[in-house]
Amino acid sequence: MNFASKIFLVSVLALLLGACATDTRDVPPAPEPEPRPTEPSDPVEVDRVNPSNYADSRNLDNPDSTLSQREIYFEFDRSDVRPEYVPIIRAHAAYLRANPSARMLLEGHADERGSREYNLGLGERRGNSVLDLMRAEGASASQIEVVSYGEERPVCRQSSESCWERNRRVEIVYTAR
Amino acid sequence: MYLNVKSFLNLFTTASLILLLLAGGARAQLQIEIVDGVEGALPIAVVPFDFGSAEMQPETPVHEVIAADLQRSGLFDPLPVTDMIDQPSRPPEVKLGTWRLLKVDYVAMGRWIPGGDGLSGEIEYHLVAVHSGRTLFSRAIAAGPGAFRLRAHQIADAIFEELTGAPGAFASRIAYVKVTDAGTDAEQFELIVADSDGHNPQTIVRHSEPIMSPTWGPEGRRLAYVSFATGRSNVVIQDIYTGQRDIIADGKGINGAPAFSPDGELLAMSLSRSGNSEIWVRTLASGRMEQLTEHWAIDTEPAWSRDGRNIFFTSDRAGRPQIYRVRRNGTNIERVTFEGDYNSRVSVDPYSGLLAMVHGGQANFRIAVLDRESERLRVLSPGRMDESPSFAPNGRMVLYAAREGERGVLAAVSVDGRFRQRLVLTEGDVREPAWSPLIQ
Repeated sequence: MNFASKIFLVSVLALLLGACATDTRDVPPAPEPEPRPTEPSDPVEVDRVNPSNYADSRNLDNPDSTLSQREIYFEFDRSDVRPEYVPIIRAHAAYLRANPSARMLLEGHADERGSREYNLGLGERRGNSVLDLMRAEGASASQIEVVSYGEERPVCRQSSESCWERNRRVEIVYTAR
Repeated sequence: MYLNVKSFLNLFTTASLILLLLAGGARAQLQIEIVDGVEGALPIAVVPFDFGSAEMQPETPVHEVIAADLQRSGLFDPLPVTDMIDQPSRPPEVKLGTWRLLKVDYVAMGRWIPGGDGLSGEIEYHLVAVHSGRTLFSRAIAAGPGAFRLRAHQIADAIFEELTGAPGAFASRIAYVKVTDAGTDAEQFELIVADSDGHNPQTIVRHSEPIMSPTWGPEGRRLAYVSFATGRSNVVIQDIYTGQRDIIADGKGINGAPAFSPDGELLAMSLSRSGNSEIWVRTLASGRMEQLTEHWAIDTEPAWSRDGRNIFFTSDRAGRPQIYRVRRNGTNIERVTFEGDYNSRVSVDPYSGLLAMVHGGQANFRIAVLDRESERLRVLSPGRMDESPSFAPNGRMVLYAAREGERGVLAAVSVDGRFRQRLVLTEGDVREPAWSPLIQ
């Protein structure tokens, strides 16, 4: 193993440890169940889902749940996952663990700067960074595929940093829930 | 040599001459605008060719195509036809005194010699030097229906070579990717092949998924490119005449950055089937695959040296993307670029071996040319997002992609940086130009 790989591994471990510590401290206790309304049928079923239950597919569409967050953003020409995105990856890894038939595409993207084929490589490396963290969290590699679109699928088309930062991303796409 | 260098001392800045307004069909075509011109271009008259009462008149006047080519090179200043006092078609008819008064140094002319069938025949063409009165050449070239534009480009190449000492590159094509309705559900990617002057654009393939990285085979008939038609990147080779498509690489991960070897028998690519992007070479006849690099870095954008013994490529193994070189057998990897934070996407000049690349940092990405012998890096383009350099087959110009607002445009700059032109599409967003070899 070369020096750069070691640095990468150490930073991944550091991120994971940090994330674990943060999680045990910050996760709020499960809320007390609200008294049931008197109406026989509850119109908002999703309200009764615990947003921290990362095994529950309903949370994929629940804006209160971390599972509804599917974008991970990166710095220019970098592919290391910033600490604030680790909880999103942990939540999705937990979902994959709990749902072995679920399948996920990690779409890697880059901003327009620099050459297109290099950016294709960069998009894949970003996807692989997220994949590595998912696997470290116990998700099976067989559930996840990385595909890079480089700079070919921007979400924003102006040449400005506010646009570029939205394009440097990995999108989590479920192909089977 | 490359004409008299002293006569091109100063730049016209923002001359913005519209050179070619390509008329015709309903399709959007390329317009060509001169952005920065060269002062002191050679005065030449291209006289309307005498087609007499020939049954088969050319689809476009031959002299117009020739004059536009010469002007587009930045090295010639053709006299408008309306300023011509007479219209010779053979050297004995050239009245030297008249052309001297018009301050024209050279007169090109020609005529149609019909063949037996009334359709095909020959174009006879001549070049006369006005000061000496000497006929520099008199030649003939076979022509027929549908071939007049190509023949005109070849005549322009002959004039260019006679007067500059360097081969012309007008009888060539360009391939590029055009995007329409970007960012909408109707988004379409098209791979287009056009003549070097932007005329006659033909869609080679069209898809709603991205198309990337077109590159020519050395025979000018095959295009290799990256297709996302399956949702994943694949490398495809397509024959532009028969339309036959062969999928060359569709392994796990990235299949990208194709580059034909100079003999056309091998295809270098960047593939990530082994875990991350590495340079591979496929022998096209046998399908044999060889992996040339093995490194955790992104290794991509291979480009062959002229002798086919080495491959230049982009790698970020030192932290940022730089150009490296590896032997054909995968040994002796050495770093080539040291100036600047970001050097990538190298293109090798087929004529002299200069390297063009994307050169930049956080703020600007420009086209630069590196002379490996003098180790001199020259920045050629003024943009902020310039990319995809591609040398003309005679090595005199570099075609590249630039951004204007939210759309891509194509531009070409002379290797000395003195002359620049923009190829403007009337609609759509164009990118990734690739200049073909000469059409024989």
